Amino acid sequence: MSELIFDQSRSGRYAKAQAPKKSVKIDIPAHLLRKDKPFLPEVSELQAVRHYTRLSRKNFSIDTQFYPLGSCTMKYNPRGVHRLAMLEGFLLRHPLSLDVHSQGYMACAYELQEILKAVTGMRGASLTPMAGAQGEFAGVAMIRAYHQSRNDVARTEMLVPDAAHGTNPATAAQCGYTVREIPTDSDGNVNIESLRAAVGPQTAGIMLTNPSTLGVFEQKIEEIAAIMHKAGGLLYYDGANLNAILGKVRPGDMGFDVMHINLHKTFATPHGGGGPGGGPVAVSERLVPFLPTPMVIKSGDTYQWLTEKECPQTIGRLSAFMGNAGIILRAYMYARLLGQEGMIRVAEFATLNANYLLARLKAAGFTPAYAKRRASHEFIITLKKEAKELHITALDVAKRLLDYGFHAPTMYFPLLVPECLLIEPTETEAKEVLDAFVDAMIKIIEEAKTDPALLQEAPYNLPVRRLDEVRAARELDLVYRSDEK
Amino acid sequence: MPFIPHTEHDVKEMLATIGVAKLENLFDEIPDSLRVKNLPAIPASLTEMELARLMRQRAALDSGMLCFMGAGAYEHHIPAAVWDIASRGEFLTAYTPYQAEASQGTLQLLYEYQTMMASLMGLDVSNASLYEGGSAAAEAILMAARSHRKHKTYRVLIPRALHPYYRDVIKTIVGQQDIIQLIEVPFDAATGQTQLSAMEKDLHDEVTAVVIPQPNFFGVLEDADAMTDWAHAHGAIAIGVVNPMAMALLKPPGQWGKKGADIACGEGQPLGVPLASGGPYYGFLCCKRDFVRQLPGRIVGRTVDKEGKQGFVLTLQAREQHIRRAKATSNICTNQGLLVTASTIYMSLLGPEGLRQVAEACYLNAQYLKKKLEILHGVEVVFHSPCFHEIVVRLSKPVDKILRLLANDKIQAGFNLAPIYPELGECLLICVTETKTEADIEWFVKCLAQVLAMNSSTIKNIECAK
Amino acid sequence: MNNSIPKKLKYSRTHEWVRQDDDVLTIGITDHAQTMLGDLVYVELPEPESNVETGHECAVVESVKAAADVYSPVSGEVIEINEALLESPQLINEDPYGKGWLFRVKPFESEIAEDVAKLLTADQYTKQVASEAH
Repeated sequence: MSELIFDQSRSGRYAKAQAPKKSVKIDIPAHLLRKDKPFLPEVSELQAVRHYTRLSRKNFSIDTQFYPLGSCTMKYNPRGVHRLAMLEGFLLRHPLSLDVHSQGYMACAYELQEILKAVTGMRGASLTPMAGAQGEFAGVAMIRAYHQSRNDVARTEMLVPDAAHGTNPATAAQCGYTVREIPTDSDGNVNIESLRAAVGPQTAGIMLTNPSTLGVFEQKIEEIAAIMHKAGGLLYYDGANLNAILGKVRPGDMGFDVMHINLHKTFATPHGGGGPGGGPVAVSERLVPFLPTPMVIKSGDTYQWLTEKECPQTIGRLSAFMGNAGIILRAYMYARLLGQEGMIRVAEFATLNANYLLARLKAAGFTPAYAKRRASHEFIITLKKEAKELHITALDVAKRLLDYGFHAPTMYFPLLVPECLLIEPTETEAKEVLDAFVDAMIKIIEEAKTDPALLQEAPYNLPVRRLDEVRAARELDLVYRSDEK
Repeated sequence: MPFIPHTEHDVKEMLATIGVAKLENLFDEIPDSLRVKNLPAIPASLTEMELARLMRQRAALDSGMLCFMGAGAYEHHIPAAVWDIASRGEFLTAYTPYQAEASQGTLQLLYEYQTMMASLMGLDVSNASLYEGGSAAAEAILMAARSHRKHKTYRVLIPRALHPYYRDVIKTIVGQQDIIQLIEVPFDAATGQTQLSAMEKDLHDEVTAVVIPQPNFFGVLEDADAMTDWAHAHGAIAIGVVNPMAMALLKPPGQWGKKGADIACGEGQPLGVPLASGGPYYGFLCCKRDFVRQLPGRIVGRTVDKEGKQGFVLTLQAREQHIRRAKATSNICTNQGLLVTASTIYMSLLGPEGLRQVAEACYLNAQYLKKKLEILHGVEVVFHSPCFHEIVVRLSKPVDKILRLLANDKIQAGFNLAPIYPELGECLLICVTETKTEADIEWFVKCLAQVLAMNSSTIKNIECAK
Repeated sequence: MNNSIPKKLKYSRTHEWVRQDDDVLTIGITDHAQTMLGDLVYVELPEPESNVETGHECAVVESVKAAADVYSPVSGEVIEINEALLESPQLINEDPYGKGWLFRVKPFESEIAEDVAKLLTADQYTKQVASEAH
């Protein structure tokens, strides 16, 4: 029974232990007061607890399932880290507390800034962006501020490879840039000739993911950096795939000027059904003055905030306070648990798992999109052949995987590979899990051969069958109506 | 290695399946010149036990304050059930609900949240959340600009009495687009209310949007009806920036003036999210139905499955970056699902009645403090208008020194307004929520009286970095 | 591809069709385009009495998983839009060359000859669609 919390409402009911008992006449002028009762549930504490506990059980999650969602790095989120971030001293700290009462938090934030600089090979870092896309925004805004500070105002174009995440062009547009797409070669690299032809005095920069969204390392990165820098443009590194190279290669050494790090990917902070994230930015020397505020510096034994006052060229504040502090704490703790020795193993084992899974799927007859290339931490298989021969789609396979208890890989992204699944196992999965996933994939294709309808109708074992998204978009139903009951 | 399950035997087998001899060979496509061998700047690995000791020590450094600080982040009681349930792995460790059938828990919860938040704001629809209050206000302004395509430049009126950090965030985010002009509206020195009428003489061009805070940064209640009607009379979109807790008691944006505000946004933190150094919080954004296609971020819709059973999906996705790319309504990908989970459970526990009681208790406590302060020597209540749970007082001594002295008594006395509003003089913004007892308030007043009574030269010598 | 491409219409490379009735042009998207997009859920049309320019975006069609810009094949003034689509975008899926038309334009006389000369015949468009399939 998938009833809504509102279906259980009875007028006058609420969790009485949770509200203060005071009730005196309120002397606020009547025209400022609310007259109607907001439509909130009226349930007991037990009803609320039971309802939301039951809802939780309708979710797939890392804690319950293998979740090989490509480009999202769904690795284990350590429980101890979550528990320690919920210590009362951290939870009750007001964001505007005086520095004397903030040294505990500030020490963690400062040390994370230093750790991020070390793993990225950059010279400065700011933790305030609240998610990858806001990190991108901060990065592109810094590129803009840099050009403007040099009176180099004719640079109006941002280059973006056609395989890029949607956030890249959306961010460039939000910062006032015109987006110019650069095509990809058949081997998955950026087409160098097109890049050469595209750069000029109008070029502000390029936004790149490396390894790319195609799951392969951009081998000509040094050449790309040289072309861009010669043209006066800067290089933005989209850190979405940092897990693939953590401890192996550093964006700063590749020639990038600015990047963001998705803490909810590479640094294992929980993503909570779509957020929070964390998108710190790290920059090369020339962009340090433009970093978003506030940041933490260490002076002697004490930590202090750097604000607009100390950083006059900053692009400014991105949130009212200092970003997703609780996520910053968790990422810091994760980094301390890994330490130097664990950090350099992340990419190794993420890559081992991806290449093993790819090798096994290939042996089972699946088609890799870039067969000649080494997989990074993720890889793409294309079901173009299966679609033609068996009349099934990548979507059908994805939905059937859910029945077998696996979260589906990312589907239909990148857009340039037809019928694709982007698969990222991460380093925290054991070999047996990967083997079980391969077995399920083999079984699904066997099913498709005998009964394609079985896939087309999937899933069967979940709380709902396949949902009508067209109806959802045509007949928008975004809130429950109070007269519905 | 922490969190890596592979045995030596596993590694051998896996490498054999791949057909390479060593782990290192998996990186053979990366130019040798770019490889790093180790990361000396990173400290050695800790066990969970060692980490726990370190973190407890650090948390202790920041603990034990009696908090009278508000200024956009508010300490409220959070029922134990809220984070017990939100911390369940199924909520905590799920990704964005791309596979709807495997995410019905999160999706249904978001639909319930949208219903609750829209109703709390008196508006038709809500998105599934944004990052936090400041950036939500910036997104609301961008939304208004998109809805006014015919304007050549977009002129947006922003009260000086809006949270100063929200104004900073708006400047950072909206300021990237030269086409939008932000115009500051002054406040009245006696009432602390925004003086929209003062703008009349300077306005020669169209106005795109008017931002209306309720309560404003000083805790003062604005005449939101009049401001909304003024906005509509000038063809502008009315954007409410409100404290959602206060909306259990105060008239919500959708009911302001003759037609109601068009968009409402703000900080969701007061509803079940701990102070936690400023985040993660979540921003809410609601609007009238006509604006739904301009609404950024994730939105959940109700539909049916192939057997006709009710279910929930992400909808209106064609507005979003992963489809529209450079033409998307915003670049936002992440929302704050976990915080919305906590907030939805919080609102369900309190209900309309409980939430109103919390809001009333905040108001009454603030009134109690105000009465005590009005008769205190060296303290002057600055604004004479109705307020919610924050008040501005002018002190006879420098605020930064007084804050530092009260910190010795483990009291966080409030937010120093002097650096941001020099025109107000030595002013302090104090907040009281339902978490404080009369005894707490009396203790605060007593300590404040003591430090104000100290010799001026003693106070002058107090060191205060910040 | 089994999508219909009526002989009597003209086409653009960006998958719009054009029908000429005296001095008025009716514009829509082709059967091939609607098939590629899937079930349409929303349409944004140009403002009546506004001007559209050849090759410029003037409308948007959205399905659940995709959004496509519609480029005006000619320059002129919009004299009528298909308001039925605002409520029922599925008309484009059901009848792309009939009830699913998007808008009507009165072309600028100075540019019409050049614009029409650039349009494809049904045969040319058929070839283009076939080449895109590879």
